[in-house]
Amino acid sequence: MRRPPKESAESARIIGRRALVVGALQLGLAGSLLMRMRSMQLEQAEQFRLLADENRINVHLLPPARGLIFDRNGVLLAGNEQYYRVTMTREDAGDVETVLRRLSKLVPMTEEEIQDAMKEVSERSRFVPVTIVDRLSWEDISRVTVNAPALPGITAEVGLSRFYPQGADMAHVVGYVGPVSDYDLSRTEDRDPLLQIPKFQIGKTGAENKMEQTLRGSAGTLHVEVNALGRVMRELDRQEGEPGADIQLTIDSKLQTYVEARLEGESAGAVVIDLEKGDLRAVVSAPSFDPNLFVRGISVKDWTDLNENPYRPLAAKAVQGIYPPGSTFKMMTALAAIEEGVLDPEETIYCRGYTEVSGTRFHCWKTAGHGNVNLHDSLKHSCDCYYYEVGQRIGIDKISEMAQRFGIGVRHDLPLSAVAEGLAPTKEWKRRVRGEDWRIGDTVNASIGQGDVLASPLQLAVMAARLATGRNITPRLVHTVDGVEQGADADQPIGVNENSLRRIRAAMDAVSNNNRGTAYGSRISEVSMRLAGKTGTSQVRRITAEERARGVTSNADLPWERRDHALFVSFAPVENPRFACAIVVEHGGGGSSTAAPIARDIMLQALYDGPPPLEAYPSNVRNRIEEQQKRIENRIAPGAYPTSDRA
Amino acid sequence: MSLLESSYKNVPTGIRKLLYVNWAIVLLTIAIACAGFLMLYSVAGGSVEPWLDPQLNRFGFGLFLMIAIGMVPIWFWRNVSAVGYIISLLLLVAVELFGEVRMGAQRWINLGFMVLQPSELAKITLVMFLAAYYDWLPLAKRSRPLWIAIPLAAVLVPTFLVFKQPDLGTALLLAVGGGTIIWLAGVHWAYFAVVVSAGIGTIWAVFESKGTSWQLLKDYQYDRINIFLDPSQDPLGAGYHITQAKIALGSGGVTGRGFMQGTQSGLDFLPEAHTDFIFTTLAEEFGFIGATTLLALYLLLIGFCFASALQNRDRFSSLLTLGISMTFFLYFAVNMAMVMGLAPVVGVPLPLVSYGGSAMLVLMVGFGLVQSAHIHRPR
Repeated sequence: MRRPPKESAESARIIGRRALVVGALQLGLAGSLLMRMRSMQLEQAEQFRLLADENRINVHLLPPARGLIFDRNGVLLAGNEQYYRVTMTREDAGDVETVLRRLSKLVPMTEEEIQDAMKEVSERSRFVPVTIVDRLSWEDISRVTVNAPALPGITAEVGLSRFYPQGADMAHVVGYVGPVSDYDLSRTEDRDPLLQIPKFQIGKTGAENKMEQTLRGSAGTLHVEVNALGRVMRELDRQEGEPGADIQLTIDSKLQTYVEARLEGESAGAVVIDLEKGDLRAVVSAPSFDPNLFVRGISVKDWTDLNENPYRPLAAKAVQGIYPPGSTFKMMTALAAIEEGVLDPEETIYCRGYTEVSGTRFHCWKTAGHGNVNLHDSLKHSCDCYYYEVGQRIGIDKISEMAQRFGIGVRHDLPLSAVAEGLAPTKEWKRRVRGEDWRIGDTVNASIGQGDVLASPLQLAVMAARLATGRNITPRLVHTVDGVEQGADADQPIGVNENSLRRIRAAMDAVSNNNRGTAYGSRISEVSMRLAGKTGTSQVRRITAEERARGVTSNADLPWERRDHALFVSFAPVENPRFACAIVVEHGGGGSSTAAPIARDIMLQALYDGPPPLEAYPSNVRNRIEEQQKRIENRIAPGAYPTSDRA
Repeated sequence: MSLLESSYKNVPTGIRKLLYVNWAIVLLTIAIACAGFLMLYSVAGGSVEPWLDPQLNRFGFGLFLMIAIGMVPIWFWRNVSAVGYIISLLLLVAVELFGEVRMGAQRWINLGFMVLQPSELAKITLVMFLAAYYDWLPLAKRSRPLWIAIPLAAVLVPTFLVFKQPDLGTALLLAVGGGTIIWLAGVHWAYFAVVVSAGIGTIWAVFESKGTSWQLLKDYQYDRINIFLDPSQDPLGAGYHITQAKIALGSGGVTGRGFMQGTQSGLDFLPEAHTDFIFTTLAEEFGFIGATTLLALYLLLIGFCFASALQNRDRFSSLLTLGISMTFFLYFAVNMAMVMGLAPVVGVPLPLVSYGGSAMLVLMVGFGLVQSAHIHRPR
């Protein structure tokens, strides 16, 4: 360039000066970049590392195996069975429709199921396995695996599901599980992440529900590394969960099955208590239902059938059904009066067939009257007038206090659904609940277990157990958890004079074993196994004066739902009681005609730990009993309940 | 014959020129490119395909180009500056008319034997043209409005064309790169004061125009700006890139997660991990140490360019060298600021590191010019 040297030097000077400014700006910018790196990589590194891990690590929950439920002898009541399902992964399948069509020829699939599966597969990411068919049999799954080469993208998988080998017999005790629902989630405080697993099975009723935390176990975790699309790249860490604890119930499944079969055709509840530790040997509600139906998702038809059955198979009558205890309550009235000293057991009260109380006539079941009766005879004949008088002497509050000591009107703490509290009414209760004053007529009704008194078969069995032992027997359903004995503390004495109790027991012995007792027909003839009991027939309707004038209508002439409930409470053997039993047959007619024979059969089954010899029965009924035993044996033959298979 | 004219007589000739190549610059470009090679290998999951192999070939060609251009006397390049500039302008117009649309922008023109990004070419030719202009212009006239209008137009025309493509990043680079030369040439500072105020006014106008009929930017550019200002407002959508880039960078810590151990890039959380966001991969795998080392290499390269330019008594040479080094600086500064969340995502590659042909070749051509200026400096 032809340019004066002076200008050239000047130019270089300018450029140099200006370049310094540029350089300084560049350094400044570079410095701020450096500061940014420092702040992100040195100061916030931990935080970003965490975010990176959150990005890449997915946690999958591994559902634990649910604890098993056994009976007292180790018979499986609730188990886990493997079932098979078929899943499909879109990216491996290629032509989804063709593969599904081929699959539908091998396993039962409706056209609708095929369409649903196609929709679901196309909606999910191409590498996510989608369940196509569930609960396949071994045969079906074998066909699928054999044909695997023709079914790209199809995988056979094994899952665990609950099943109940005892079927209906245990339904009301063990309960059933079902997939966790939004409703379940909305009312639970439980924050267990397992509940978030779709279709995770939780206990819905019975012990399955009440012992959920014990049975469930804890979730295992599987950490996998995923890429930005969510595809699993590798397994990082696998932590197996804790399987749920196994539970052994006090139930004797052999006895339970027998009772269920014996009650066939009735709507009834029965409870058998082992007097040694208060073990519940049988808690039966009839009719029952197959809990396996609910595990798989019950069909509308099955549900309607169960719901509309007048015998209410879904109700656990043994613990949640409450009935007026009728004459079985008379022991409470008598004991309260004796304990308070207002009644001498030897004192006789005259029964003329009715008692007049403030202008109202209360009738004895025997229109002609029992004449002079003492405590013993009043129980043996189940005289009502005796108790009308005794009840008025002692008053309702003392009667109810005694009833509560014997477990009536008390909610027994058992891991079962809807355990009923029943009712031992008091003056205070009536004022609070009904807003009315207690009247003397109410006491008269309550003294024979009618009116406001309500008890469940469980409570009546507990009452019988406490009467038989004089101990405060607490019913127990859970025998062991994970092999550890549960709540088998020795029961304390009930605190009622033993002499009074002995008198009551002697009277109950007479009910069954004195030839004038109300349950003499249902006696046990084997002397060492003799049973003591008390019948009860509780009215579900009011007998009008007009009806009474016509003569009491026979139960057989009434429609089923208006007939009396038949009750029987008992313990055996008389000398050294081992079992107590209570039974309520809804609308069964009379306690002595309907309930007592059933109670005898159950008691003998329990005492002999199996079918009793015919010699234990009085000779006149042996033929009938033999037939009955055969019938029941056939009914409970093995395989009577289908276990599991795809419905 | 002036003093300067005579000094050109001492300029090396023929094969001897190789002895006068600025080897520091050559070595630094190789070092920086090697960092890129490592990262491309890592991002591909430990494979030379699909990125490392072509990149190596390109860089080899680029090195050859740098030396070859360096061998050509600088005055030749000065003489072709105006022509080169006009050709770039024509190509930019051509791209506007016939360009291929890729990724939502018209940036590419297919010449038959190669796909060219004229905006990349314009970065070099604009610098060359402005350097030549101020070399020609007598010093006394530099601040006269008429003589300022010419370089201003020379900057604004290509800037506007690139901006229309739309390629905000490159337009910014062109404007700032051109402006830097005008500044270095010694134009009165008051003009720059006016431009800076105008720039602030423009930013105001850009935001003010949103949603009106004269909206200055495309909607996606507004989105980028908004999300840059607050990435959390759309963590899975448009803000995803920035968020994931920051996570990658930050999680590197001091020493990084180790070569090929980066989870953000390895598991595809990072978008464009081989191009615009390659710096985050490097920062993730080599940590603060790796990231600052790369920054130091870049600054060192700039430093050598500055040294060369300030030694050079030829006005065209020193303006050209400084202009090219400024362009280079803008590349990496904007890219780093962008991936660290300091600037909006504008689509500027990390120079010599990001995968891509046009940018690398243009930079190697630029350094070739720097070499030419260095070799043929008056002595």
